[in-house]
Amino acid sequence: MSITVPAPDPALAVGLDVPLTVLDLDGTRLPNELLDPHLTDIDESALTNLYVDMVRVRRLDTEAFALTRQGHLVLWPPLLGQEAAQVGPARALGEQDWVFGSYREHGFALLRGADMSEFARIWKAYAHSGWDPQEIRMAPSQIIIGAQTLHGVGYAMAAKMDGSDDVALTTFGDGATSEGDVSEALVWASTFQAPVVFLCQNNQYAISEPVALQSGVPLALRPTGFGIPSMRVDGNDVLAMHAAARIAFDRARSGGGPTFIEAVTYRRGPHTTTDDPKRYRDRAEEEAWIAKDPLDRVERALERMGANMEAVRAEAKIRADQLAKEFRAACEHAEPPLADAIFDQVYAQPTRRLERQRLEHQAFVNSIEATA
Amino acid sequence: MTETLTLAKAINAALADSLSGDDRVLLMGEDIGKLGGVFRVTDGLQDTFGPQRVIDAPLAESAIIGTAIGMSYRGFRVVAEIQFDGFIYPAFDQIVAQVAKLRYRSQGRVTMPLTIRVPFGGAIGSVEHHSESPESYFAHTAGLRVVTASTPQEAYSTLRAAIQSDDPVLFFEPKSKYYTKGEVDRTIVRDLETANIVASGRDVTIAAYGPTVETALRAAIAAADEGIEIEVIDLRSISPLDVDTVVESVRRTGRLIVAHEAPNESSVSSELVASVAERAFQHLEAAPERVTGYDTPYPPSAVEHDYLPSIDRLLDAVDRTLGRRNSRTGLDYSSVTTVGAAR
Repeated sequence: MSITVPAPDPALAVGLDVPLTVLDLDGTRLPNELLDPHLTDIDESALTNLYVDMVRVRRLDTEAFALTRQGHLVLWPPLLGQEAAQVGPARALGEQDWVFGSYREHGFALLRGADMSEFARIWKAYAHSGWDPQEIRMAPSQIIIGAQTLHGVGYAMAAKMDGSDDVALTTFGDGATSEGDVSEALVWASTFQAPVVFLCQNNQYAISEPVALQSGVPLALRPTGFGIPSMRVDGNDVLAMHAAARIAFDRARSGGGPTFIEAVTYRRGPHTTTDDPKRYRDRAEEEAWIAKDPLDRVERALERMGANMEAVRAEAKIRADQLAKEFRAACEHAEPPLADAIFDQVYAQPTRRLERQRLEHQAFVNSIEATA
Repeated sequence: MTETLTLAKAINAALADSLSGDDRVLLMGEDIGKLGGVFRVTDGLQDTFGPQRVIDAPLAESAIIGTAIGMSYRGFRVVAEIQFDGFIYPAFDQIVAQVAKLRYRSQGRVTMPLTIRVPFGGAIGSVEHHSESPESYFAHTAGLRVVTASTPQEAYSTLRAAIQSDDPVLFFEPKSKYYTKGEVDRTIVRDLETANIVASGRDVTIAAYGPTVETALRAAIAAADEGIEIEVIDLRSISPLDVDTVVESVRRTGRLIVAHEAPNESSVSSELVASVAERAFQHLEAAPERVTGYDTPYPPSAVEHDYLPSIDRLLDAVDRTLGRRNSRTGLDYSSVTTVGAAR
């Protein structure tokens, strides 16, 4: 006797064969039945804004990379190549929505309004979190792979319980899809029809391990087994990412439940400033992805629209340089926390035991200073 | 006004009073709704408060805690149930790396008023993974409060305080005492770090928590027949530990025994004995004793009575600390205790 198992409903997944794209490499606008209705308001001015955002995000990344090499930051996970995958969805979020991301989400942090002087403190190892989560509606960056997807689902469930139309966006990498928490998050999102959007930035590598080691099928196929609709999108196409995110947020806001977006992109730099990608990938592969640069593509599209590119580039450069200057100054002028802060905010109601340790530590420090 | 309730019903009453007192409180866990929990602790709550506030969860412990964290970001106070002590490990990362640290990581901007209920301990004659004492893993983690209860009143008052607290609290419920009855005054809500002296005595201090408190009290009654006065302290909170109360008691008695079901190594008793040695060494008349589970995996329950701290093991330790002959075995401890800890 044989058992047949029906394949997942193909209507749940789009872009499995070829990722959804609306901007060709030469800037040609490709028609797309699914995405086009969500891009009708994107004129030259709106596309210019997305371009400037991407230039600023890239500049922040290159400046931070340089600051790490110069010893001002202890570590940096670069996002070079992933600008469109972050800027497109970030600009589709509403002000009240929340982001639960991992540690490479500098684009989201910047566009949500993270204060750069606080943001710098994370990567100087002066603070664990570099913004006020309640203020910019973005959870502290998450190092534990995939843990934040559950937080995003829980937040979305709570938003639904409150009767609001707020949504949660949770972002993670291709490696995270192997973690149990991501599967549990998909179960919960599906069961409770939570207004959550899963954004998997498939940048092809989990440190040195290629995505083929994580999955034998497109990552976008996975959520379909949970009944969650999924879109596989060209992650280097800011317009496709923007439209896909809009579809997903609209669906969540209107009670349609969760959506999964796989952004097919590439991390052009190392995993962090400590690793060496030459050990695990070849130059030809990197060059093939450089040809798909997300910023070049938008420049060509703007040219085709008749934009004054000299002025656009000049404007973008001024704003990017300003950001870089602000970030560098923040890194150079940041003051380390006071040692006494070690004891702060462990508990909402400080414990007697910890207060005793604080006093003992202070007494010790004072005694050293008195004899010095 | 008091009423007579089992410990399970006292917890149920605390949950019901918390749910009706604050509409941001909600419960989530496996089988807690229609079934009312495998121990019926949440019996009837879904009928009263609805499936939106008493949520039957899919079977995934990491997700129970992880999604509760997301709800906390939006100001809900989730009471999550882990069905059995031995099932808490899949949620370990979400508890110790996420819940415990979010306030610290965010410099106080994020609050995690989450309560995690865990039935714990042995003596229910069950199978593997259903009788464990994992509290030390969590007591070791800064940012968490870890509390227990020994009576229906303690269970009610502690759980109310845990749910009202802005700190994340693990509430370890002594499952072998679920059906023990006692008087409960619903107006009492206690603080989350003060130990309670439940029997006074001048000869020996026994500090215990959860199900072992009753064992200690029975040992005290038996010892009283021989003219030995035992002071019994219910630690209640095992993180933070109320060392002050224990030190004060040891100053009076000069002798300390710590008792719990959890294994001995790197446990609550390790911590308490070390703390008392630091702060009351000169008051100790004998080496402190520990009467605990052994450093084995939890044994098959057919032999768990040999593993769990018993009245006889406690009385044997009392004899050792007093340097007197064991009245049952005849073993004479008088020569060993005079040279302190060497045994």
